[in-house]
Amino acid sequence: MMQIRCLFSTLTLFVVLSPAFAQTRDSFLQPAGPIADAQRTELLQILGWTMIAIIPVFLLVPLILWHYRYRNTSARYTPEWDRSRMLEVLMWGVPVIIVCILSAQLVRTTHDLDPYRPIASDTPELRVQVIGLDWKWLFIYPDHNIATVNALTIPVDTPVAFELTTDTVMQSFLISSLAGQIYTMPGMQTQLHVIATETGTFQGENTQFNGIGFTDQKFDTTVLSNSDFSAWLAQVQAADLSLTEERYATLAAPSTGAQAKAALASTSGPDGVVYFASVPDGMFESVLHRYMHGNEIPASAQPGTAAYQPNALEEPDQ
Amino acid sequence: MTQPNAKLHPGLNLGHHHGEAHNQAETVVFGFWVFLMSDLILFGLTFASYITLANNMGMASGPTPADIIDLVNVFAQTVLLLVSSLTFGVASLTMRHKMPAKVTIAWLGLSLVLGLAFLGLAALDFLNMANQGAVPSRSGYLSGLWSLVGLHAVHVTAGCFWIMIMIAQIAVLGLHPIVKSRVLRLGLFWHFLDIVWIGIFSIVYLGGLL
Amino acid sequence: MSGEAQTSWLGRLNIDSLSIWRAIENPSVSEFVGAGAALVAIFGGIGALVLITWLRAWGTLWRDWLTSTDHKKIGVMYCVLALVMLLRGVIEGVVMRTQQAFGMGGGFLAPEHFSELFSTHGTIMIFFVAMPFIIGITNYVMPLQLGARDMSFPVLNQISLALTATGAALVMISLVLGEFATGGWTNYPPYTGKDFQPGPGPDYWIWAIVLSGLGTTLTGINFAVTLYKERAPGMTLFRMPIFCWTVLCASIVMIFALPPLTLAALMLAADRYLDFHFFTNDLGGNMMNYVNLFWLFGHPEVYLLVIPAYGVFSEVVPTFSGKRLYGYNSMVYATMAIAVLSFCVWLHHFFTMGQSANVNIAFGIASMAIAVPTGVKIYNWVATMYRARIRMTVPMIYATGFFFLFTIGGLTGVMLANPVISYQVHNTLFLVAHFHNVLIPGVLFGIFAGYHFWFPKVFGFRLEERWGKRAACLWVVGFCFTFLPLYALGLMGMPRRSVMWDDPAFQPFMWLALVGALTILSAVTALGIQLWVSVRNRAATACPLGDPWNGRTLEWSIPSPPPPYNFAQVPQVRTRDDFTDAKATGRAYQPLSAYEDIEMPRNTAIGMIVLIGSTLLGLALIFWIWWLAIVSVGVMLTALIGRTFWLNTTYTIPAEEIARDHQAWLAEVHAAQRITRAEETQAANRGRAALELPQGVSV
Ligand code: HEM
Ligand SMILES: [Cu+2]
Repeated sequence: MMQIRCLFSTLTLFVVLSPAFAQTRDSFLQPAGPIADAQRTELLQILGWTMIAIIPVFLLVPLILWHYRYRNTSARYTPEWDRSRMLEVLMWGVPVIIVCILSAQLVRTTHDLDPYRPIASDTPELRVQVIGLDWKWLFIYPDHNIATVNALTIPVDTPVAFELTTDTVMQSFLISSLAGQIYTMPGMQTQLHVIATETGTFQGENTQFNGIGFTDQKFDTTVLSNSDFSAWLAQVQAADLSLTEERYATLAAPSTGAQAKAALASTSGPDGVVYFASVPDGMFESVLHRYMHGNEIPASAQPGTAAYQPNALEEPDQ
Repeated sequence: MTQPNAKLHPGLNLGHHHGEAHNQAETVVFGFWVFLMSDLILFGLTFASYITLANNMGMASGPTPADIIDLVNVFAQTVLLLVSSLTFGVASLTMRHKMPAKVTIAWLGLSLVLGLAFLGLAALDFLNMANQGAVPSRSGYLSGLWSLVGLHAVHVTAGCFWIMIMIAQIAVLGLHPIVKSRVLRLGLFWHFLDIVWIGIFSIVYLGGLL
Repeated sequence: MSGEAQTSWLGRLNIDSLSIWRAIENPSVSEFVGAGAALVAIFGGIGALVLITWLRAWGTLWRDWLTSTDHKKIGVMYCVLALVMLLRGVIEGVVMRTQQAFGMGGGFLAPEHFSELFSTHGTIMIFFVAMPFIIGITNYVMPLQLGARDMSFPVLNQISLALTATGAALVMISLVLGEFATGGWTNYPPYTGKDFQPGPGPDYWIWAIVLSGLGTTLTGINFAVTLYKERAPGMTLFRMPIFCWTVLCASIVMIFALPPLTLAALMLAADRYLDFHFFTNDLGGNMMNYVNLFWLFGHPEVYLLVIPAYGVFSEVVPTFSGKRLYGYNSMVYATMAIAVLSFCVWLHHFFTMGQSANVNIAFGIASMAIAVPTGVKIYNWVATMYRARIRMTVPMIYATGFFFLFTIGGLTGVMLANPVISYQVHNTLFLVAHFHNVLIPGVLFGIFAGYHFWFPKVFGFRLEERWGKRAACLWVVGFCFTFLPLYALGLMGMPRRSVMWDDPAFQPFMWLALVGALTILSAVTALGIQLWVSVRNRAATACPLGDPWNGRTLEWSIPSPPPPYNFAQVPQVRTRDDFTDAKATGRAYQPLSAYEDIEMPRNTAIGMIVLIGSTLLGLALIFWIWWLAIVSVGVMLTALIGRTFWLNTTYTIPAEEIARDHQAWLAEVHAAQRITRAEETQAANRGRAALELPQGVSV
């Protein structure tokens, strides 16, 4: 077992040590929090356990093929032999035992790492509301009354509770170095809980194809120390724009973060990122419930459609 | 090989006194059963998606079951379909007992009339719903309802055409072995639609009103 | 939406629908790739027509193939269809790999073209390569293994082929007219709803899937009934060749798994055409229903493909090991277990949709449980080779590649079955690597093994060995290079369906994958060369006597190619591996005391009517040409109903003719040299096998 784990750790090291990891970490093989770390451990453990079933195949197939080759007339040949009680027990038994062990583990870790499960911590949790739009992410910090496009900044060692939805087609939200992904769906809310134990920049992305700008829907997750985080909050609160219904309608049109920034003429924040100094109350909820009012929403008022018109969204009750 | 009275396939068998026709029916009728199983899955899943949509969210503030269900009409439809199943059963028996082709045709014709009457009432029901604005484009719930009931109605329509064709075939070809086996299969289909309808009646209509 | 206002008699079809026109109007590399593909499709089609005319083959083609109801002919046509589509699918795969190799920050393909590529590639590979290939091989082999004269429903069989071909034709036509869907092979709404994708793309997907899916359902029924009702006397279920068992399980899966797909596609169509609200964002639609329905089909689907492939390996390994299959019963139960379990695991395709941990746990454990019977199968094959005398022929090379690579695929499958890991690698290239890892070494290698194994049965001559071995090795190596690096890329966080990327660390893996894709391309080329060489040298590899591999089951007990009626007299089966037993006990190749007339189904044009009618119907629906839809449905219904008034559907082959052919063949068999396995691949092997027993044993 140990050797196997070493072997595979070395293999993953090969992946892990690739040059790009220097800047933005984008894989759970380089975890920055306990969840991703547990996921990596789980992966390696499965690798280890399944080897018990797999290595025999890898050893026996070449050996048997060679030893019992047609030309080796000295090898034993038993054309009628087709059963063996002992082999039968082994063949069914060993995989059953492995699957049982892995199942027990699966039950435990799936509960522990359930994305809906709040993370126990003395530090109060930070709430972030996420709205997936076509080819960018809108992050709302309801407790701080700010919002950003494509910039998720969180304090270190603080549990973060995400509530997620989308105002277009389905997307999937993943910050691999911190935790696994969760779908965002129109008119529905999903949840995700993460905690980062290291500062740094980690890539977040949408993994569910949603049109031509799909590959641009990535963002930096910046984990800051508590004091830096406060400074960052102050910086955003001083931004030039506030998020209004009108600006949201513009933002919601299919565009990448950089295009949206240009369309809004925003000047604060890094490239491709928009900071909003304030957010109307209940923004997230109004997006979430938009599709639930029971009236038909024409395509022109659905962000992401071919016919979407920002001004149709502004007056929701036409 | 087979026992004289052994059934060759589930359901009504022609019986050994039909000779070759009885044996030929074995494979085709069995095949038709398998087809019905597949069709049943289709209905089952349509039911399942209907059920997921028959709630407040799926109704989207639109018409609710109480607004649109006309139980009298639906009950009449149920009776028509059940009776037509009965008359079809009689048609099959007349064939099994080698009564004259005319008799079989008459019973088939009666089943057809009842089937058409069922479709007429169903159309009326759909029309009434549409007049109240309960069209499938109004809500997920109505989409589910129209598609489930509609899927059944399409089946009944196909069944009615099939009865017409069988009447024509009996008239033209007589009770040829292959024609007999087709009538057997049509019978299975017709009874199957009855069972599905009972499901619709209980889940969509009675369940909707609860 | 421009088509909506206009009421042209061609619906929303107009000059902009022509991809070639789009390339002229708006020239770019990406458009040229699209137009080039359209030209290849057009000229390929025209070229085929010209070639047939030039060879004056129309008559033969019509009489011997297109109108045939012979399960063998239909099987071959399925395989030809699959080969043509495989060519397109592989080329698309290579184009995508090339794009991604150069995809750091750009590449040469526009994103919309890339998304069309992965959508057509996935759709084609699953529905029009793997399925028709498996169905084609089964069509040919299964009735022969059962000792049957044909399928239970030969005409239905022809119609199923027609419907499958319709789907394939629609996907091909999408190269020229309009464009295909961009939502992947899964085509999830709301992205594919009419608000988001008003064009004809998703409609191509819908009708290709619905029409071919109908064909597949009918095929499943046909297979299941044939297996239950057409077995030769004495062939109990537990004497059936194991391939037949796998087909039985797969056909039950077909019967139950296709309806959810048909329904999902039809509901999507209702949303798109009739303004229903099944999966829309507003008015109570719920896209999660689609996802559930799709995977309720999608997971069983992959087992439907791989189970018969297991069956092929279960025939190939014992035959080339000269030994009985180890653990027949175990194999049967394992196959059944897999088939049943395959319906209980669909949720593992969306562990990340936010359901409770307990639901995920249940489906996770069920998914892992499939690894048990699958593992048992692998061990059984290994045990079959133990104390055997193994010949490393081409099918065995594929089998060996399968043992190694499929095991890796199984390993990553166990990983993906774990929700905790799926949260991370779902939707990444890890997943892409995994499913190619089971589909290529599992399904495709199984298909190729079967192709080499049964080719001599079908055409009466063997495939050339050297090119075959080259192709097989190239496939194995090419697979490793193409797909193993994708595991790493997936772990590094690269999402699937990405036209480009920006992490320099991906680059080396991308190069490796490109090298692999080119290797696979050369493997396909090698297969083409092999076919060419084999046809040219067919005299040297002829094996008309029917048993080139010292086969174990009934299909080897008749001439190659078999006569239309398969067996001069329906065989009486005494045991499992009946032909091996027959050869050992001297029952084989016995003259018959009496011959009987045989009644066989006549040719019919109904399949061709359905093919043309339903293709036009599909196009009519895609482009809103309503009159054409009505006309084509009308024509098809009239033909189908009209045919039922026609009772004269069989013809009789006279006993004398059967006797003459059978006796001539028997005479040849008895005169022929008996070949030991050492000379198996040499010209001397005309299809009569010598008994080779263990040392010290004699009959
Ligand atoms: C033979 C060489 C093949 C190559 C080079 C190849 C390559 C690819 C590539 C590049 C993708 C897109 C991956 C992405 O999403 O980023 C893909 C997707 C896919 N391939 Fe293949 N492939 C091959 C064979 C096959 C076979 C044999 C099958 C099935 C039997 C198959 C089924 C699929 C499916 C289902 C998808 C997913 C499409 C989607 O995203 O919806 N491929 N393949
Ligand atoms: Cu699956």
